[in-house]
Amino acid sequence: MTKAVSTQAELVERSLKKRYRAEKRFKIAGIISISVGIAALFALFIEIFGNGIGGFSQTKIKLDIVLDSEELEIYDVNNEEEVSNGYYEGVIRLALRKKFPEVKSRGDRRKLYSMISDGASYRLRDLVMADTSLIGQTKTFWFLADDDFDTYFKTLLDGDPYTARVDEKQRAWVDQLIEEGNIEKGFNTAFFTSGDSSEPELAGILGAVIGSLLTLAITLALSFPIGVAAAIYLNEYAPKNRLTELIEVNIRNLAAVPSIIFGLLGLAIFINLFGMPRSVPTVGGLVLTLMTLPTIIMSSRAALEAVPPSIREAALGLGASKMQTILHHVLPLALPGMLTGAIIGMAQALGETAPLLMIGMVAFIVDVPSWFTDSATVLPVQIFLWSDSPERAFVEKTSAAIMVLLLFLIFMNTMAVLLRKKLERRW
Amino acid sequence: MVALAFFAGRSRSLAIATNVGGIPYLNSLPFYYGALTAVWCAIPSLVVLLIWNFADNYFISNMIVAELPESALELVEGKKDLLVNQVYNVAEGIMPREMAPDYIVAASERLEVILWWNRMLLAVVCLSIGILGSLFVWMKITPKFKARLHVEGVFLGVLFVSACIAILTTVGIVFSVLFESIKFFTKVPITEFLFGLEWSPQMAIREGQQGSSGSFGAVPLFVGTLLIAAIAMIVAVPTGLMSAIYLSEYADRRIRDWVKPALEVLAGVPTVVYGFFAALTVAPFIRDMGIGLGLDGFMTISSESALAAGLVMGVMIIPFVSSLSDDVINAVPQSLRDGALGLGSTRSEVIKQVVLPAALPGIMGGILLAGPRAIGETMIVVMAAGLAANLTMNPLDSVTTVTVQIVTLLVGDQEFNSPKTLAAFALGLVLFIVTLGLNYLALHIVKKYREQYD
Repeated sequence: MTKAVSTQAELVERSLKKRYRAEKRFKIAGIISISVGIAALFALFIEIFGNGIGGFSQTKIKLDIVLDSEELEIYDVNNEEEVSNGYYEGVIRLALRKKFPEVKSRGDRRKLYSMISDGASYRLRDLVMADTSLIGQTKTFWFLADDDFDTYFKTLLDGDPYTARVDEKQRAWVDQLIEEGNIEKGFNTAFFTSGDSSEPELAGILGAVIGSLLTLAITLALSFPIGVAAAIYLNEYAPKNRLTELIEVNIRNLAAVPSIIFGLLGLAIFINLFGMPRSVPTVGGLVLTLMTLPTIIMSSRAALEAVPPSIREAALGLGASKMQTILHHVLPLALPGMLTGAIIGMAQALGETAPLLMIGMVAFIVDVPSWFTDSATVLPVQIFLWSDSPERAFVEKTSAAIMVLLLFLIFMNTMAVLLRKKLERRW
Repeated sequence: MVALAFFAGRSRSLAIATNVGGIPYLNSLPFYYGALTAVWCAIPSLVVLLIWNFADNYFISNMIVAELPESALELVEGKKDLLVNQVYNVAEGIMPREMAPDYIVAASERLEVILWWNRMLLAVVCLSIGILGSLFVWMKITPKFKARLHVEGVFLGVLFVSACIAILTTVGIVFSVLFESIKFFTKVPITEFLFGLEWSPQMAIREGQQGSSGSFGAVPLFVGTLLIAAIAMIVAVPTGLMSAIYLSEYADRRIRDWVKPALEVLAGVPTVVYGFFAALTVAPFIRDMGIGLGLDGFMTISSESALAAGLVMGVMIIPFVSSLSDDVINAVPQSLRDGALGLGSTRSEVIKQVVLPAALPGIMGGILLAGPRAIGETMIVVMAAGLAANLTMNPLDSVTTVTVQIVTLLVGDQEFNSPKTLAAFALGLVLFIVTLGLNYLALHIVKKYREQYD
């Protein structure tokens, strides 16, 4: 008997080492899994930030412009048409030639002209049109550099110049500009104040941000009231029958339907059947409403369920009708939870791209939209469009736009968390 | 006007109340009388407004067509819409007047008049319906009138309609996708679509063009979708599950409080960001590594690979799997763990032999719920997986998926009835059915095999 026990104990003893090793392996596997997730997160953020930080700055080149009326071909400063049709490109080219007098051949000159962004002449025109007394004067301007030079100059400052798009001569010009202090890196205001452009140095996110806000406004205005109403019905009124069950099954299923299907719905129903226009925030908002509705309904129901029955019973006991109980007592108590759910739903809608591609919000739109029926694009779609562009300068623009988008999302999620912390009640 | 109706109804009830001896003698509070008047003012005119907006386009187009001369209609046989569009464009100043033929200009001037009358008439009709509605209630207000019940009835109706929007959405999806798909299947046989091995949906721009017959065999798309989804699941399921186990069974509170939100951040990152990351960083990295390992000798290595898209998609799904598994693991009662520990098991043995078997149905359900995410995910594959419909199982090659094809077929301006656009809806139908099926299966498994512990 004692012998048997001792062998058994020995058996356990001997197997113990192996079991502890298995234990350790299992634990390490867990740690590795978590590290994979966290590492992926860090890799993502570092990559985006590393690329994107450059998108917020911009290379500028200083030029002395002689606004000669002869060169501009403007003879009558009061003739608006003549002023607006002036040959502004010419005076900028003239200034460049003066700065680099040694450049003679046609090909080299073309390369020289390409240093300054195509937008410079439009900027000059706007300045002159605002103040015609500038004509005839010599002024110093900082003009945006073209994207290839912008990339080269910025990477040069970082110590690892990207030379694929600038040749020997152009690099020498940049060196000369650096020596004279006529080139510098400044904050990229155009990025925040202009719409899309095919020139990377002129492209901005304002149009997309406004488009996103307009779309989200529609989404919030529709999905929050409808979602809350549906939640109230399902939680407080709905009788237990087939119809209610059908509604609940539908909501659960819609939450799992891929977002692109909602895009197909929008295209077939809103655009083809109802004849709504393409690429407008209204239709985008409608599609996103249908998409976020399940999220909002489910979080609203959870918030309603968290209100203790004693509140309802007290109100009913004092003679309030069911509607009065709900509107005056239950709803105010559940509202913080509902708002949190709505913010999370909105964050989801803000990051959504695929369904909006279906309804044509993917068009190239330069103008900043000003109303719900203007053609617009949204921030994630803008990111998608830029990431498709071949110019290298768009890589940092894309990353910078992603940083702005992530900033919005972080802000919204923090707000949701704070709101929940602040208004949460324990019963 | 609605506000006006509200105050009219409310003041009327107050006036009546003073006659009968004060507010307590009314059936309902003055607020309800006002609200009911407002509702009767607003809802009928809103309904008319909506119907009007849908109907007026049709009537106006017909009037315009009647306006156009016979000769013009004969000239563009069967393209009435085109002419009407031109008329609209001229009227809105999109198309300059000088470029349009005379009859179009005449019709557009007529259109402007019609549109003006249309707006005026609409305003008058809506206003009068609103006034009539509120008058109707206003006359009925008496001390015995049960306004509150009526208001609550309307309120309940609004709630019910809101709840039904979920059903309407599903019906809308089914109808939109199904109708277009049926149209597609009259042009392309369903067997060819489901079992064909060749996908190149290029249709002829002009008749008799070379290669004009597009082929719509969707098998390469299905294989590509499943390949990428499988890679994603291989990444996401073990990592997500092990993370959940470690966090709920081993990690102490402090680590849990930091790691859990960090993993949830992964779920909040928009898919377009993942797509950019996959295309910019992961895909070139995998290609270089594949070439570095000398794999290019015996398989195709593409710069847009299924592996890149799958890996990044897997990372995206990790938090989804881990939070679902976390829920079910936590639902396993502590007494089971304590019992097993008391019998001398190590922690990992408890987890492997007690907790996981008990949580298995829930975990299976979670994995099945993650499936539709991987299959229906669009942006990552659009940006990183490519467009070439290769029928291959090589994860380093470029494949295309159902969602990528939907996007490429539908983005941009297309003729709506060409098989190309209709094919996108057929793909959507397949995607919808598969998603619903998986979702149903998941819920069924969770319901059927869930152990009830309390």
